[in-house]
Parts: sequence; structure tokens; C-alpha cells
Amino acid sequence: MTEHTLTDLKTPDRKTDDPTRFLSHLELDQPDKTFLDSNELVINMGPQHPATHGVLRVILKLDGEKVLGTECVIGYLHRGVEKIAENRTYTMFNPYVDRMDYVAAVSNGLGYCEAVEKLLNIEAPPRAKYIRVILTELNRLASHQLWLGTHALDIGAMTPLFYTFRDREEILKIFEKYCGARLTTHAFRIGGCQYETYEGFERDVIKFLDFVPPKIDEYEELLTTNRIWLERTKNVGVISRADAIALGVTGPVLRASGVKWDLRKAQPYAAYSDFDFEIPIGANGDTYDRYTVRMEEMRQSLRIIRQAVERIPEGPIMAKVPKVMKPPVGEIYHSIEAPKGELGYFIVSDGSTQPYRVRVRPPSFVNLQALDIMVRGALVADVIAVIGTLDIVLGEVDR
Amino acid sequence: MQPIAQPGMQPVATTFFFYFLSGLTLVSGVLVITRKNPVHSALALIFGLLAQAGLYLMLYAPFVAGVQIILYAGGIMVLFLFVIMLVNLERSRKEEQFNKQWLVGLVAAVALGALFVVVYVKGKNLFPNHIAQPIENSNTQQIGVMLYGQYMFAFEIASLLLLVAIIGAVVMAKKRI
Amino acid sequence: MLDYVTSYLSSNTTPGQAGNVFWALVYIMVVFGGVSVAVMAMNWLERKALAHFQIRLGPMRVGPHGLLQPIADAIKLMTKEDIIPAEADKFVFWIAPLIILCASFAVYIVVPFGPTHAITDLNIGILFMLGVSSLSVLGIVMAGWASNSHYPLIGALRSSAQMVSYEVAMGMAVVSAILMTSLHGLGAYGVGVGTSGTGTLSMIGIVQAQQEQHVWFLFKFFPLGFIAFGIFAIAMVAETNRAPFDLPEAESELTAGFHTEYSGLRWSLFMLGEYAAMIAVSSIAVTLWLGGWFRPFPNTLTGDTWDLVFSLFPGLTFLALAAFAFVGVARMPKHPYFRVQTIGLAGFGAVLALIGLLLFAPPVRDRIQDIYWFVAKVGGFMYLYIWYRATFPRYRFDQLMRVGWKVLLPIGIGVLILTAVLGVVL
Repeated sequence: MTEHTLTDLKTPDRKTDDPTRFLSHLELDQPDKTFLDSNELVINMGPQHPATHGVLRVILKLDGEKVLGTECVIGYLHRGVEKIAENRTYTMFNPYVDRMDYVAAVSNGLGYCEAVEKLLNIEAPPRAKYIRVILTELNRLASHQLWLGTHALDIGAMTPLFYTFRDREEILKIFEKYCGARLTTHAFRIGGCQYETYEGFERDVIKFLDFVPPKIDEYEELLTTNRIWLERTKNVGVISRADAIALGVTGPVLRASGVKWDLRKAQPYAAYSDFDFEIPIGANGDTYDRYTVRMEEMRQSLRIIRQAVERIPEGPIMAKVPKVMKPPVGEIYHSIEAPKGELGYFIVSDGSTQPYRVRVRPPSFVNLQALDIMVRGALVADVIAVIGTLDIVLGEVDR
Repeated sequence: MQPIAQPGMQPVATTFFFYFLSGLTLVSGVLVITRKNPVHSALALIFGLLAQAGLYLMLYAPFVAGVQIILYAGGIMVLFLFVIMLVNLERSRKEEQFNKQWLVGLVAAVALGALFVVVYVKGKNLFPNHIAQPIENSNTQQIGVMLYGQYMFAFEIASLLLLVAIIGAVVMAKKRI
Repeated sequence: MLDYVTSYLSSNTTPGQAGNVFWALVYIMVVFGGVSVAVMAMNWLERKALAHFQIRLGPMRVGPHGLLQPIADAIKLMTKEDIIPAEADKFVFWIAPLIILCASFAVYIVVPFGPTHAITDLNIGILFMLGVSSLSVLGIVMAGWASNSHYPLIGALRSSAQMVSYEVAMGMAVVSAILMTSLHGLGAYGVGVGTSGTGTLSMIGIVQAQQEQHVWFLFKFFPLGFIAFGIFAIAMVAETNRAPFDLPEAESELTAGFHTEYSGLRWSLFMLGEYAAMIAVSSIAVTLWLGGWFRPFPNTLTGDTWDLVFSLFPGLTFLALAAFAFVGVARMPKHPYFRVQTIGLAGFGAVLALIGLLLFAPPVRDRIQDIYWFVAKVGGFMYLYIWYRATFPRYRFDQLMRVGWKVLLPIGIGVLILTAVLGVVL
């Protein structure tokens, strides 16, 4: 499906690589081609649409039913989070971070807290790291379940949505018992965790670990071998390995194209190096591979949680953090493997209590660039399937 | 529908339905050519074709009536409507409805109609005397026997012709073979 | 005059064939009223069954367990503002739902609920049904065009292209079944001469041919009858624009369907026509392959005792429904707010039980048999429709057309040829 591929894998070279390679569909070199010469149609999938997972505007250029090119117009959910960060102290900015990827809020908090901890040169105690891992993996499971429900709904299967939301409730109940909130949890603090695990936390988590695998099997039973699902997802939205690396796509999208890159194994953070788990990869880079990769990731998350809950150490949950945080002058970039991809925080400190600049590298923002490559030559109905399979959250794309 | 001798039932119904159906056909025909809006013309044609199916029924030819509904009203008229809707209609609405030479056309049509009537009246004895045979129950079977027995060759040629038309349409519509 | 009315009661033909206008009108009233009630019941059943598939409850407030929800929906739709788009063609906009409605309801003239329980028995019955149900395509195209809007037009053209494509596959499957009516042998691979073997297109004749050949056409020349039935079952779902073939009217796609610009009563006419068409094509399937109005095993389990056993089924069904209603009454919360609902449900259960007991009475028992088995089989199909909608994702439009033309049609032609060959050889 893709028309442009790199022949060999190399770092982008400004002199030889042509950046307009990705713009050729706009035909900038043929200014005399008029509208009457073609039967092209420009359709707008407006900001309000049941299937764009938020306020995303996609302008499609069609030839009959085939897509010639797309243009995404974003910014409808821009709230100026990064600018706000410049006027808040490091601790005050912590709750804002959850609101970016509101589906998987715990990961956002983890990334930010770890970035600031790196800047302050402190390390969270081991117990706090294990708690962080457990909650982050539960959060990954919840995010993938929501993804599965909405993706299946876009393709037409109404029922998995209700099943995944029912099972997601259990995770949200655990979050609520732990920190009082279901969605925007603000679970972690700089230096560790504020709340000790509540009475019965391990029991709840283990009960959940026994409850969920048959449910995941139920989702697979409905979809994985379904002829219609296979026809809607196989060879749809293919992105090759080279293109994925060139565009900077990360997360399950990258892994489905065959690249075994997961930050939990490549640059381990929080307690991930203590655990034994696999990285699922796919072969073709199509929608079906992304589906199987995320389903397998759900099961691997369960594996990590089980190991963490069994071996959780005793000890303090908060490191020695100064009351007034004034990190030394410097900058840091720290990234974690959020459910949607590589979530990175670039924080520049000028020695005061407020950061000079916080730049968030949202995985959905970078993955959304791949939409154009993925749907070239596909049909309109596939555009919706591909937006679903990229698993974007507009809160993250727009910030 | 075998007519059963009911007091005062049968004759009224037959003539009433004949006049009703043929009137509907005629009115539809006139509407087809006089409506400015092509979709209204197509709609009138649909009613005309359905009325004609009713007339076939009255001639004790139920199979032809059924096929008329399936093919003409349900197939060909759908095709007509597709084409009407995909073609730009604005220009056709501004066009003149009738030609400037409508008087000559009317005189020619009346003359032709008079010719037909004179031929029929004068040569009535030459036409074979067929009354519609009310053997309705085996109408389909008889058509089948004739079509696949006596007229097999013509039937196959007609189907070959249709196949050629389909292939031609597909070839013309596809951008690449 | 009176003996004109009563003379029909002693005849054993349909009113159409007896030429009896009065009783034909009575039958028409009963059938159309029954279909309208069935559409409302189907609306309720769809919302409840879909909800239960999705582990939620569905309508529970409007009547006990939402039983009055269809009435509430009807009242809402009737009192809504009738919006006509600005540049729309008013005449075509008005007539499009009527065409669909008339086409869907005219099919019921030949649907056989029993050997004499049809409005009439045209001797081109199945041809008539296929033809008239293909007229609803016209209504859809006109509805899309009259809305004077880009997306409904594309949706209407897609819907009608899909319907026309699957009509071809349906026709192939139907012809296979018609071929089977002209066979002589008995049983699944009928060998030898056992029946008169007169082929017929009339609906009642098709069911009687199944009875004479002692086999449902579903099992005739197994697996050919089964494959033909399968083709028809898939094509009829596509014909009525239901899931998984409902891309033209899905909400999450770009083209929003041909009935976007219709609101209120006009939209409810579309919905009525769609459900009526669903019931109509299910009736075709039941008549052609599932033995119509005959009870299961009419030839192998014969005799008075078996007749008695099977004749108890209608009453038992209604008693079972009444039992469900009473279980619902027992599980209602014991709060004063729920008192009206509890009484309502108990009353409904009592009515069902009364009907069930009435159906045990011998004179009613014999008459109601045919109608009951026919309606029960069609009801099974209705449940299948809802099940498909809950389970399957949607086909993309080009995949839909591919399935219709490149998968179902060749298999249909193959089944037809094999049926003809087997019919001649055996």
C-alpha cells in the first residue's frame, strides 16, 4: 500500500534525503493542474465525528473512493499545558500532566515524576518503584481495553466495547481505592508515592489477575478469527519498518512493523529490569498485527503485575525530597513506554522553583503523522479503521 | 384468479380494471414526456410499467407480469434513476421542454395513428383470431417448455448478446483492465 | 348477503382464489395489523436482546421491562417536527417512504400462514414476492436523491447497488429451491417415483411439495439444499441493509445513509418498511426451505398422539412467556415507585397465560397450529438478525460487493447446476 520506502536503514541525512517525499501527493511541481482535470473530491471529516476519538479534523483528498492524501488539522484541544508549566512549581505541575493522555493518566505522571527526579538527582525507593510499576501496568491494560472497545466499534462490532468497559471497571476501582480518582489519578509524587498501598491492595490485584485472562480470551474469541474482522484489518494501513523508523513512530505501531523496540527493555526505568516479560512484535505492520501486538501486550502486562505483586519489597515509599524544589541548572530528557508509545519529557531548569521549559513528546502526536502514509491508496472506510488502530488521544496530541 | 359466478361481481370488475389500468398507462405516458424534472418522468414511467403488468395479468399471462415487475420496474428503472442522479440535472431543467417544430410532429403522429387504425379496420380478417386462453395455472410451464424447446436457439443468442453488453460496459467503465 | 359471508367458511381455499372480496379484506386487515404489531414487537426485542448481548439492560422504565417503549417511540416520532430540506423535491421526498412501505407490505399478499391461511395464492407467488420486494430499491434511490444533499445521495446509491447485487444471488438460491418442487422422489435423496412432481411457483404449492416429498428442502440433496439456504440467508441480510452489511447506514462512516434528512413520521415509515421487509424475506426463507407451516416431523412422527403433543406447543409457549413475566414480577424491587410497573407486568403475564390456556382448547388448537409454527420459524430468523447485529463487525463496501458477486453468485450457480443434475439423474 505504501508508495515510498527507504531502501536501506540509515539516519536521515539532510543533504541527500528529500523531505518533500512525504508531500508529493500535493503536487507542488504541477501548478497548472486544475480541478477539472481530475475527478478528485475533498472531503472533511470534521472535528465532531463519532469515529475520530476526540476533536480531530481530517481533510481527505479522494479519487472516487480511494484516498489520495490526508491532512490532519489539530489544535482543537490545545490548552497550553506546556506554557502553564512555566508558571507553576514542579510539584504544582504534577496534576496537569494527567490531563494530557487522559485515558492512561498514570503513565503521564510516571514520566514526569521520573524526569524531575532525574533532574534533582534523587531516586525513588524500591517499594515506590514497585508500586509505580504495578499501577502503570494496570493503566496500560486499561488503556488497551479502551482502545479495543472503540476500535471494534468503529469497524462495526458493537459488543466488545461493553465487555472491555465492564472489565476496565475493576482497574478503575483499584485506582479509586488507592488514590481517590479513577481517571486523572495523580498517583505519584516527585520522589516516590504519597499514599501507601491500602489494606487489601495485593489481594485486590491478585483477584484481578485471576479475573481478567478469561476476559481477554473472550475478546479474542469475538474478533481474532472472525472472517469479517480479518478482512477489515489485514493489509489495511500497512506501514513498513523503514517508514515507521523514519517517521519516529513508537509503541505498538512500531512493534507491529517488526521492530523490537520497547523502552522498558531498551532503557529500563522504575523497576522494569527486575521483571521477566516479552516484547510482542508483528510481521506486516498492518492493522491486524497492531491488534495482536496489543492483545499480547495485555497478557504481558498481567505477567509483570503478577511478578511485581509477589515480590513487592517493604520500605519507605518516599525519598528525601527538599520541601522547596530548586533543581540545578540544566536540562533533561526522559522518556517512558506509555501504552501509546514513547512518552518523553524534556525539562529545562534555570535553577528556580519553576521550570524554564517543559516540552512533552506525546506518542500520539508523532504517530498521527503516519496516518497519511498508511491510508494512501486505501478506501474511505479504512481511514476510520486506521485512526482507530493508531490509538490516538487528542488530549495528548494537542496538549 | 378463476372467475366464479358471483351475482354482479365479474363483469364490472374486469372492465373497471381494464379502464383503470389502461388509463393509468396512458396518463403515465403523457406525464413522462411532459414533466420537466427527469426524476418525475422516471416515476411516471414506473407507474406506467406497473399498470402494464396488471394488464398482462388480465390477459392471463401471470409469468410475463411477474417478470415485467422484476426486470422493468425493479431493474431497468433503477438503472434509469441511477443515471439520472449521477448526471448533472441543472442544465436539463433549463432546456426547452418541447421542440419548436412540435406542430409538424403532432401532424405526423396523428397521421401515423390514423394509418394504423385504417389498416386494422380494413384488414381485420387477416389477423388470426386469438382469444386469451385462460389456462393460467400452467402459464409458466408452457412458457418454459416453449422457450427451452422450440426457441432454444433464439434464447441462447439473446443471452449471449446480454453477456457481450455486460462485458462491453465493464470494459468501458474500468480505468485499467 | 349473509351466505356470501358464510359460504367462504366452508371452503378450503384462500379468499383470493375463492373470489370472496369480503373475506379477502378481512384477511388483509388481519395480516397487515399483525405485521404492524410484529414490527413494534421486533423493535422492542431488538433493543432488549442487543442490550443483553452487551451486558446491559435496555429499556426498563417506560413500561415494565420497557414493554411500552415502542409505543413511546411511535408517539415521539409522530409528534416531531416534519423537516423538509430547503431545495428538496417535495413530491419525491414525500413519495419515497411510501414506495418502500407499499413494496414491503404488498409482499404479504402471498405469504402462506397455512394451507388456506393466505390472502391469496398467486400461481407466480415466489416471482411476485421477489419482484415486489425489488421495488423498494426504487424508494431508496428516490429518498437519497430527494434529500438534495451529497451524503444521502452517495449512501442511497450504495444501498441500492448492494440490494440489487444481492437480489441476483437470492434469485439463484430461490431457483434451486423451485427446481426441487418438481422432483418425484421421496426423502433427502429421493429416488424413484413417489410424488406427482409438478413444479410450481406458488407459495402454498412449494410448501405442499415439501410435504409430499417428506423432507424439508433444507435437507434435500444434502448439502445442496443447505448451501442454497445459506446463500439465501446471507443474501437476505444484505438485502435488508442489516448488519454486517449496513455500511451505507452506519453512523461512524462518512456517508450517513439515505434516511439522514428524514425526521419524525417519515423516518418511522422507513423503519417500518425495513422491519416489514425483514419479516417478508424471512417468510420466503421459511416457506422455501424450512417447510412453511408444517410442524417438525410431520411424516416420521405421525399418529394422533404425536399430533396431540405438537398441538400443545402454542399453548405451552404462551404459558412459558407468562411464566417469564411472573418471574419478572417476583424480581421487581419492592419499592412504592415500582408498584405501577409490577401491576402492569402481572397483568401482562395474566393476559399471556389466558391466551395460553385459550390455545389449549381443542377447536382453537387445530386451527392455530399452522400459523403458530410458521410464526415461530420466522421468529427464529428475527432473533438471528439481532444476533448478527450484536456480533459481527461491518463489511467495507467493496468487500460487500465482492462477497455478493464473486462468492455468493458462483456458489449459487454451482448449486443450481448440481441440483438440476441430481434432479434429472435421481
